[in-house]
Formats: sequence, C-alpha cells, structure tokens
Amino acid sequence: MLGGLLVPAVINGLALGAIYALTALGLTLIYGVLHIINFAHGSLLMLALYAALFLYTLGGVDPYVAILVLMPAFFAAGYVLQRLVIQPAWHGRDENVLLVTLGLAIVIDNLALWLWTSTTRSIDSRYAFEVVDLGVAFIPIAKLVGFFGALAFGALLWALMTFTDLGKAIRAVAREREGARLVGVRVEHIYAMTFGIGTAMVAAAACLLLPTFYVTPQVGYAFVLVAFTTVVLGGMGSFPGALFAGLLLGVVEALCGLYLGESLGQIGIFVVFILMVLFRPTGLFGARA
Amino acid sequence: MLLEVDGLKAGYGLVPVLRNVSLQAGPGEIIAVLGANGAGKSTLNRILSGLLRPWEGVVRFDGVDTTGADASQMVAAGLIHVPEGRRVFPNMNVRENLELGSYRRGRQDRARNLERVFGIFPRLKERVHQLAGTLSGGEQQMLAIGRGLMGNPKLLILDEPSLGLSPLLVEEMFGLISRIREEGPGVLLVEQNVVQSLTVASRGYLLENGRVAMEGAADFLLNDPELKKAYLGL
Repeated sequence: MLGGLLVPAVINGLALGAIYALTALGLTLIYGVLHIINFAHGSLLMLALYAALFLYTLGGVDPYVAILVLMPAFFAAGYVLQRLVIQPAWHGRDENVLLVTLGLAIVIDNLALWLWTSTTRSIDSRYAFEVVDLGVAFIPIAKLVGFFGALAFGALLWALMTFTDLGKAIRAVAREREGARLVGVRVEHIYAMTFGIGTAMVAAAACLLLPTFYVTPQVGYAFVLVAFTTVVLGGMGSFPGALFAGLLLGVVEALCGLYLGESLGQIGIFVVFILMVLFRPTGLFGARA
Repeated sequence: MLLEVDGLKAGYGLVPVLRNVSLQAGPGEIIAVLGANGAGKSTLNRILSGLLRPWEGVVRFDGVDTTGADASQMVAAGLIHVPEGRRVFPNMNVRENLELGSYRRGRQDRARNLERVFGIFPRLKERVHQLAGTLSGGEQQMLAIGRGLMGNPKLLILDEPSLGLSPLLVEEMFGLISRIREEGPGVLLVEQNVVQSLTVASRGYLLENGRVAMEGAADFLLNDPELKKAYLGL
C-alpha cells in the first residue's frame, strides 16, 4: 500500500541525510582534533541559516551563491571564536570547553530570539516547487542540489585533509601534538583553523538546506542532536563514518515518518542511537577502544 | 659558533632541573651531551627546541638571540629536534610524515630531500605507504630522523636515538649519525650510550645534576679515568 511512497521517501531521506552528514563532518572534525564536543554547532547552523535568509530577502542573493560569502565569513568567525573564547577558557580541562560551547549556544540562541523573534521563516525561491522526474519518483530540484552539494563539500573536505599541508598538519595535531610542534606546526593556529573549517562546513550545510527548510532560533537543536548521533554512530572522529551514518539516519527518519507519521520521524534516529550505544559503542567505523 | 648556550637555569614549577649549563656547538660538528637519567638532558633539549622557556640564561642560535623563541620559530631558524620516543604521526603514512618534516622549512626542497632521506634510509622507501604507527621501533626512529632531515637543519638534535633499539640496530644507528654529518648539518647527540656517542662525536659534555660536570674533546673524555669509573664501571 505504501510501496509507491517508499522510493520517494528513501530519496528524500538521502537528501536530508546528506545535510546531516555535512553538519556532522564539521562536528567530527572538531572532535577528532580538539577532542571537544562543540555544543554551539547547532547554534552556528541556525546563524548561518538566518544569514542566508537575510541575504536572500534583503539582498536578493541566491542561497547557493551565498555559499561563496558565508563559508569564508563563518570560517573567520569560527577561527576567532576558538582563538579568543574557547582556547583561553581551556586551561587544559576539556569540561571547561564543554561548558563554554554550551554557554555560547545559549547566548547565540537567545540573541537570535531577541533580534528576530520566534517567527518561523522560510524563503520562496523560484526552484522551491520545481521537481525533476527521476523515473521512480519526483523530487524537488533543491533537494537534489542539497544532496550532491553536501557530497561535494564532503569530498572537498576529504581532499583538503588528504592532499594539503594544512590537512596533514591538522591530522598530525589530532594524534601527536608534540611531534607536530617539533616540525614547526603552530598547534594553537591549527586548532583555530580546524574550528574555522568545521564552522565553514556548517555554513555550507545551511545554504544547501535553506531552500527546502525553515528557520527559527531553535532550529539548531533539531540538527545538532542528529549531528551528535551521526558522529557517535559513525565512530567519533571518522569521516567515512559520519558520511555513511548521516545518510543512514536521513533514510531512517524518512521511513519512520512514512510508517509512523511525519511527527514521529525522528524516533527512529534515537532508537538506532540507543541500539548502537548498547551493542557497538565504538560506532560503525570507530577505532578499537 | 652555531649554537651558544650560556648560564641556563630551568625547571618545572618550583623544582630546578638545570642549575647552570653552558655549551657551544660549531657548524657541522657532532657534539655529544651525556648523562644519566634525570641529569637534565631532556629539559635542555626542550629549551633548545623552544618547547620550554628557561628561567635564566641565554640561547644564541646562528648569531641570533633565540632565548624564549617558540618551537615553530626554532624550526624556521634551522634547529630541528628529533625527540626521544620518536613522536612520529602514527595515523599517517611514511611519506606524509616526511612531507610534514618540511612543513615550516625546506618546503621548496621537498622532492629533493625525500630522495636524499630515502638514500640514507632505504627501508623507509620500501615502507613509504605504510602507516607510521605500524612500523617497528627502529624504523620509527629512522622515520623521526628522516623527518628532521626534511627541514634542511643547520643543527639536528638527536634525543636518545638508540633508546629501545636492539644492539645491532644501535650499531647501525651510530653509523648513520656519522653519515648524516657528511650531509651537512651539525648534530647535538644526547645519549646515555657514552662510548658509542664519544666515538662519533668530536666533543662532549657530561651533565650531572643539572650542571656540566665535565667537557672536552671526545677522545680526552673517553680516556678520562673518572668518567670510565662512573659510567663504564671500569
């Protein structure tokens, strides 16, 4: 009975899952190098969504074009945030950073609420209702762009980490800080670069997401919880893990939405999460404990 | 002089480790810094490479006062520290480890230096795509030294390079140290292995309790009756 809806649901799930994956890539990168859970990740996503929204409504800038502006801007913001707020609060204790990022999230969310109220907003871009016929299903163009865009940025991040000196320095700092210092890597600079890159990934995710989604000051929470789940499911710090887990969770959510009703879609995500923590706590692609 | 250290005092918290250390190294020279565990060798290295600030004293490298400079500045100046325990990047392959050796210095010579390092350590070339964490202890030591050579060092600090190696590999390692000197850089060899270090070095310093207890030409130290008695049990 639901068979005809199954394929479109899976495709929609993959599209949303790719955005989850992109958000989680930033989070897992920051965790892998700085060994901190960035609770402000969702709030930064929310800020990026508002930035893209206002660029569109006030400046007429297409969200996909806005990537070119918002990625560098959010990279810079992330760099400065790490250097001026998070690093000075560290004092060698990771729980300090946990509290600082949580505090940042609360401040950013409430500032957004104060500035822009809790009104739910969205953009009515010209391709919001355009669909393509994939043969098995009709899918909005914006979702297709979001899917391939997210994969492309994931690939870009992988290439950066694999082929550039910056990427190699980031991987070196992640596992062997003193060794990295001794080849002349400025570790504090690499921490801030990592935080900046993770934040830039969030900006890309926001621009890809905006045409098919909505914005409220609370929108970050929905994503950051799923992003945490994605990171744990994929194995903390694992890139392929985050990518696979993001796509998987997108499909799980879509299928639960289909069979249990739209509002219960996210139940599946957390059921998967609980099962994962019970039976394979290192994650799908996690290193041995 | 390439390196001049004068009146160095340093420690951790309130505990002094170096009480008064002065030493010199000329360009292209192999200097041995000897001493038992706890004599202050590692603390001296950490100061020279910019990982630790001294309490008092002056470090001059290549004619410039570098007291208190950080590690990236020291690498940029050409002082490269191959640390005790190797500190290679376990999650990266041999080639990537070597490439990062020229992160701060010698980047334009990367391709040439890679071939040079593979010439000195053919075993690294065989294992070029292997993760550093899966190499044997001796291979990791070669990789750490090779990584140091990638940055065109003027002075290479080798911190206990023979530690944890089998006797045969220790022989090989000391042979390679002489070979490295032919390549140009000066070497500060920090070791517990007194006889072999003094055999390859031209001069030596003996640290005891944070002070230079004895210094001089290598063959002079080798034949010193006090040193023989204290360190070789002869």
